[in-house]
Amino acid sequence: MSGHSNWPEWVYIGVVICLLAYVGAEAWNVERLVDHAPAEAEIIKVTGQQWFWTFEHADGTKEIGELHVKKGQPYKFEITAKDVNHAFNIHDYVVLQDAVVGRVNTVWFAPEQAGEYTIQCREYCGLLHYNMRATLYVEEN
Amino acid sequence: MVLELQKPRPIWQIMFSTHHTDVGLLYTITSLTFFFMGGALALGIRAELFYPGTQIISDSMTFNRMFTVHGTTLIFLFLLPFASAVGNYFVPIMVRYKDMAYPKLNAVAFWMIPPGGALIWLGFADFTWYATPPYSAISAPGPAADMWIFAQKILGVSSILGAINFIVTILKCKHPDLPLSKAPLLAWSFLSSSLIIIVAVPTFAAALVMLLTDRLGVSGFFDPAKGGDPIAYQHLFWFTFHPEVYVLVIPAIGMMYEIIPRFSRKPIFSHGSGIFAFVMLSIVAFSSWAHHMYSTGMSFTEKTVFMIGTLAAVPASAMHVFNFLATMWGGRIKFATPMMWAVGGIALFFSAGAGGVANSAMPFDFITHDTYWVVGHFHLFVMGTIAFGSIGFLYYMFPYITGRMYNEAAGKAHFIMSFVGTVMVFFTQHVLGLYGMPRRVFDYMPLPEYIVMNQIASVGAMIIGASMVIWIINMIYSSAKGKEANMEDPWGLGGKYYFPHQAKNPHH
Ligand code: HEM
Ligand SMILES: [Cu+2]
Ligand SMILES: [Cu+2]
Repeated sequence: MSGHSNWPEWVYIGVVICLLAYVGAEAWNVERLVDHAPAEAEIIKVTGQQWFWTFEHADGTKEIGELHVKKGQPYKFEITAKDVNHAFNIHDYVVLQDAVVGRVNTVWFAPEQAGEYTIQCREYCGLLHYNMRATLYVEEN
Repeated sequence: MVLELQKPRPIWQIMFSTHHTDVGLLYTITSLTFFFMGGALALGIRAELFYPGTQIISDSMTFNRMFTVHGTTLIFLFLLPFASAVGNYFVPIMVRYKDMAYPKLNAVAFWMIPPGGALIWLGFADFTWYATPPYSAISAPGPAADMWIFAQKILGVSSILGAINFIVTILKCKHPDLPLSKAPLLAWSFLSSSLIIIVAVPTFAAALVMLLTDRLGVSGFFDPAKGGDPIAYQHLFWFTFHPEVYVLVIPAIGMMYEIIPRFSRKPIFSHGSGIFAFVMLSIVAFSSWAHHMYSTGMSFTEKTVFMIGTLAAVPASAMHVFNFLATMWGGRIKFATPMMWAVGGIALFFSAGAGGVANSAMPFDFITHDTYWVVGHFHLFVMGTIAFGSIGFLYYMFPYITGRMYNEAAGKAHFIMSFVGTVMVFFTQHVLGLYGMPRRVFDYMPLPEYIVMNQIASVGAMIIGASMVIWIINMIYSSAKGKEANMEDPWGLGGKYYFPHQAKNPHH
């Protein structure tokens, strides 16, 4: 190495590593909470296929292209796909989970605001991927 | 190395040559051709997205094919060959050898690229540059997909051959008076990126064979009905292509290591930390592939492991940035065109890296993954850092290649327009991603935020496009009519240069 001292570089690397450790710890902590669905969560089966979404509630009722849920109630989605992979996404509630053929992936959420939200596919799945949307209706109890 | 435009050689002499500068020239011309072809598709995509609804592209399948070929072209047919171009020109000179270790193999590696490119463009597949099954196995149409797969096999072999050649040239053919630790950082960058290629690419080669046999119906590696798993493909794919992003960026950083000390008229702040960071990058590049797969249903533990692996790669990149800034600090900087591109590239490298750190935090990734944020993130790297470094380096090589000087004012205009355009396109795309606009969409919901952001991005893309026209004109005009360069010191910086134009090796 050259003759001059390298201490500024070491200080700088130290600061970078501290920042990364902070980001990592925060992310780990948040993810820990997000990853565990509450026990009372109601199960909704979600199926993605070219190019629409089907939802099946715990009581057996099915919906296509729209999903009605109750405000304040936690829900656990069991997500799968029929033909090719898709990704189930409710952007306003930071819900994102791939719908994979042959697998059941889960994710949960508890809507806090009544209203209408967009559900969309976020994994490229062919011709009408851009239009593979559904509507989420959050209703007052 | 001089193209001898004054005393032109017939084109076939260059085409059938195996001399490293001739092969380098072929690589340069090919990669730039694909740059403009891929760029044209990008302008088409941005024009389509200027308004919601259907504009100029008649159907979404055409659009899907366009972005697939756009991405494939720019990564495999522009960035990778461009790095090989620079390596061919400079690596033998930097290790003081007469040519590449295996000149014929070198020419073979180059000549695999045009057929690969032809297959990609004639096929015009639609399954995105990562060809994920089951889509790529069952519904991607006909010969297009098979042509794409075959092209990727050819290009993969080409890059492995090239990598072997660089490694042997650097390690075995280096002049005995030159210790490896004193070899220029550009040579080190080729050594590290070639090592990554050799470890990473065979994995994808295996995945492609499995995908092809799945398509032919004789296997079911990725088909759950036959006991396979589509996620397995994604692991194989990203095990290759996460490290591959470092294969792309490392040579660009090496190019900046040539430009920045030269135009700062100061030695590199720390040669040793540059080497260390390259070697670190090529190792930790392998620890983070599944950060592309947080949402595929990984367990909490897996996600945590890959987040840590991803963050571990950051200090090495940060060391390069530090090295650049510390080199410029207190230097007598001359902001000629190559230096402007390099410095602009560093600024964008830093912003892109910051976005990468954000992505690696898994809860945040659920907001950004597969949205326009990701498009903005990696384009800041591929366009903002890698292409900027490459274009700057091409200006730097210009007098050596042509014996003439490019037009400095046009070069600066090219840079300023490209920089403004790049910020307009890719920063805006980050915001679009936060609003939730998915990537790879032919159309978007007509929300006012979406429309404004998409329009800013489209205008930015047109500015970049216009700047590239200035570039082409400058390159063509100046290589024929530009003023003769002072080959000892084209920018009047003083100090020592490599003298590639004096490499008096017979053309063989
Ligand atoms: C060194 C240059 C880099 C390049 C060329 C690069 C390139 C890319 C590319 C091409 C993608 C998108 C792949 C796709 O989905 O099509 C991507 C995504 C990603 N990058 Fe980078 N990247 C670089 C550095 C980094 C760094 C330093 C980090 C982290 C600290 C990072 C973290 C990520 C993450 C987490 C994703 C996944 C985002 C998602 O899909 O949700 N990248 N990068
Ligand atoms: Cu989709
Ligand atoms: Cu990656």
